[in-house]
Amino acid sequence: MTHAPTHAPTMAKLTLAERLRPWMPVLLVPALMVFGFLTIDSSSSWLTLTVSGLAMGMMIFVIASGMTLVFGLMDVINFGHGAFISFGAFVGTSVLLALGAMTGVPSLMLNLLAIAGAVLAAMVVTGGMGWAFERVIVRPVYGSHLKQILVTMGGLIVAEQLIYVIWGGHEIVITRPETLKGAITFAGAALEKYRLLAVVVGLAVFLALRTVMRRTKVGLIVRAGVENPEMVQALGYNITRVFVGVFIAGSALAGLGGVMWALYQEIITAHMGNEIMILVFIVVIIGGLGSVEGCFIGALTVGLVQNYAAFLEPKLALISNIALMVAILMWRPMGMVPVVKAK
Amino acid sequence: MSDPILQLKGVKTDIAQYHILHGVDLDVPRGAVTMLLGRNGAGKTTTLRTIMGLWKPHQGEILLDGAHINGLNPAQIARRGIGFVPEDMGIFSDLTVEENLRLAALSGQPIPERMDWIFAAFPALKTFWKSAAGTLSGGQKQMLSVARAVVEDRELYLIDEPSKGLAPAIVATLARALKDLKNRGATILMVEQNFSLAKALGDHVAVMDDGRIIWSGAMAELASDTNLQERLMGLKMESAG
Amino acid sequence: MMNILSGDRPKSVILSVLLAVILLALAFAPFLFPGSRSLETAARICIFIVLVASYDLLLGYGGIVSFAHTMFFGMGAYGVAIAIDRLGTGYGAMGLGALVGMVVAGIVALLIALLSLRVRAIFFAMITLAIASAVAVLVSQLSQFTGGEDGMNIRIPRELTPAFRLGEVFGTRVNGKVLNYYLVFTGCLVLFLVMLRLVNSPFGRVLQAIRENAFRAEAIGYRVVFYRAMATCLSAMIAALAGSLFAIWLRYVGPSTTLGMEIMLDILLMVVIGGMGTMYGAVVGTAIFVLAQNYLKELMGGLSEATSALPVIPDLLSPDRWLLWLGVLFILSVYFFPTGIVGRLRGTR
Repeated sequence: MTHAPTHAPTMAKLTLAERLRPWMPVLLVPALMVFGFLTIDSSSSWLTLTVSGLAMGMMIFVIASGMTLVFGLMDVINFGHGAFISFGAFVGTSVLLALGAMTGVPSLMLNLLAIAGAVLAAMVVTGGMGWAFERVIVRPVYGSHLKQILVTMGGLIVAEQLIYVIWGGHEIVITRPETLKGAITFAGAALEKYRLLAVVVGLAVFLALRTVMRRTKVGLIVRAGVENPEMVQALGYNITRVFVGVFIAGSALAGLGGVMWALYQEIITAHMGNEIMILVFIVVIIGGLGSVEGCFIGALTVGLVQNYAAFLEPKLALISNIALMVAILMWRPMGMVPVVKAK
Repeated sequence: MSDPILQLKGVKTDIAQYHILHGVDLDVPRGAVTMLLGRNGAGKTTTLRTIMGLWKPHQGEILLDGAHINGLNPAQIARRGIGFVPEDMGIFSDLTVEENLRLAALSGQPIPERMDWIFAAFPALKTFWKSAAGTLSGGQKQMLSVARAVVEDRELYLIDEPSKGLAPAIVATLARALKDLKNRGATILMVEQNFSLAKALGDHVAVMDDGRIIWSGAMAELASDTNLQERLMGLKMESAG
Repeated sequence: MMNILSGDRPKSVILSVLLAVILLALAFAPFLFPGSRSLETAARICIFIVLVASYDLLLGYGGIVSFAHTMFFGMGAYGVAIAIDRLGTGYGAMGLGALVGMVVAGIVALLIALLSLRVRAIFFAMITLAIASAVAVLVSQLSQFTGGEDGMNIRIPRELTPAFRLGEVFGTRVNGKVLNYYLVFTGCLVLFLVMLRLVNSPFGRVLQAIRENAFRAEAIGYRVVFYRAMATCLSAMIAALAGSLFAIWLRYVGPSTTLGMEIMLDILLMVVIGGMGTMYGAVVGTAIFVLAQNYLKELMGGLSEATSALPVIPDLLSPDRWLLWLGVLFILSVYFFPTGIVGRLRGTR
């Protein structure tokens, strides 16, 4: 016997149910939409709620993606991630208020330019903060989750207090730029323009992130590093440097999410980041810590459930997400897209 | 044994509070295959991982081409020209076969000539080129792990027990590929429990016990002396394949 | 004496003196520091010692981070408030409320533990944070039961209120408030000694073994999930009892006094500053923290005024920003004094 027998992957004799199983999480979002369509009797309300749920989900995804990758790559849990959201919101809002001349006129071009400026400023600041945060706060506590949670929580307190020092203790009201106010009517449903923009931006971030992860060398390194950082090192890549890069990018994305959220709520407070983090935690847990795809599915699910529940039974809106988390953890204890870990 | 490519001098490594290597002295000659033998727990895998920088030695020197490499991080050591096949294969199961190999090619894309050779040696990798590596069989994963190390020319290959847990036919495929690699003039330091495979491939041999090299010399010498084998390795080597 | 302390000696002269001073000061607080404000502070220290110690049971002994501790604290407080609201004023209703609060806290803690600890210990931190904030929202929404944001006033038996006069002792007027203080003091002392016994029992030692190395403990044959879940339950139940005492003392319960995130952060700071993994750390940490809270604010106010001519610095030193400096102190203590004040005094690292 000199020839190796063929070792085909054993996927030939699977039942339909078994073949569907890996796709179940992906099907969850459309299934949820269908469920919403059946339970909400007015189809125009359904469309409004769906768009609003997707917008919210996209924003949470933008915020959560960095956090989940930071965990996946280096096993670092950052409870201070909310600080980047708040800082992003405050920096972005300050820029938008300063650019009042561009946001107050009914020109889509100028409005979007102002938002782009605000986003850029917010991302630069939060990216820089992320770099400092990784250096000063996180680096000394690699390997100890307990200390990471405590120290990053401390970092969050300090960052929140710094917002009070810089911007004062009051909440700030920020109205949307002129052309993004109001709603368009589609199929009898009122769809807020800004929410549509949020969906587009979130989708763009997701696709960009996916392309980077699938098509570039850095993406390959990150994906491989999530599974087995040691082997990535042994192939000749400095994982620490890649990790710092991911941390900075993740912080900058949280800053982007903060600006998006500020314009969504049209009011910002120093502890808004902290409040959003609750949804972010639910999303990364149900998505599977470390998985970008899981994070995306989880974020959309949370956004939709929150909006449908708020319509069907307003008092249950927040509880609905807790219930969702419990249900998914009982179904899949490692989250919807479990991340393979070598060690 | 002139001009060794790799030299270990009195290398001691601790893992947590345990002393694993008690002073390893080893010369790996250029352009030949050196086999690292010894019973389980002798420190063979730790030796390879220490060379790779995955464990830090707390004493001793490691020289690659005459330059110190202890203290460098694994990425720097790899870039000095070491290809590594770890004990657990270290396959990225989420990545496709193609992506695993692309990642291993430090210059960017794998060289076509090299890929032809890899495909000839391991046809299964061509078949499952676009499949996730996690769906491969154990033998195919080992082939991928070896292919990943040889996707570019390296100064030295560290290969940790490639035959472990594999069916004889697959071991034969791997053995042919490694033989081919050897014939191309590669320098290999390989851990192997399967003595017949070790005998077939090795030029030199070093036997470890309790964190030290207890014997080293030509493979021919060890292969012809069963008493020496029994004395060095305690129990009879398993002979598979 | 050693029997009462379950054989857990302070192991440091300074620490022993410090603990004795705190104990005596709290035991005779109504006579040593007359005035309702200092009595409030003393009662607060008593209750927070128990709350912080019960948190340390999880964090310091179990190596588990929870953000739901104030939720359990609140369950005890709301238990008493709702029981008295529904059943009328009386010791029976008070006791029943505390009991129900404790049992509910235990059950909820068990459910959370079973849901999250079997997957990954870090899930616990995130899940407790999410659940605790959801419950806080729920409490403010269910105003027909909980009084919503306004909270509830509790009509406790007259013997425990200032209206009940007993006469004078050492020149201090003894009234129901003083009796109430001694109820709080005794309750807290008993709960503290129970916890001391617990951590020095075989159960406590297994818990510490798990904290040091969960894999090894599991390999030796201890069911890690079981021990961690038990620690979570016990910690939650004691926190609930502390909450009941707090509600009786304040004669009021509301989201801000029991459920707020600020209180959770205070607890974290007290545990870390006092010293994780030692019950005495909770005593020292709480006493110093509560006193510093007042003192530090005054100091910062003074410094802020003194530097008012400079830019930014007065803002950084404003008494409202005391949490900023506590946050910095917190980070530094996790890095440099992970064993806190008690660890330092005991000379361990």
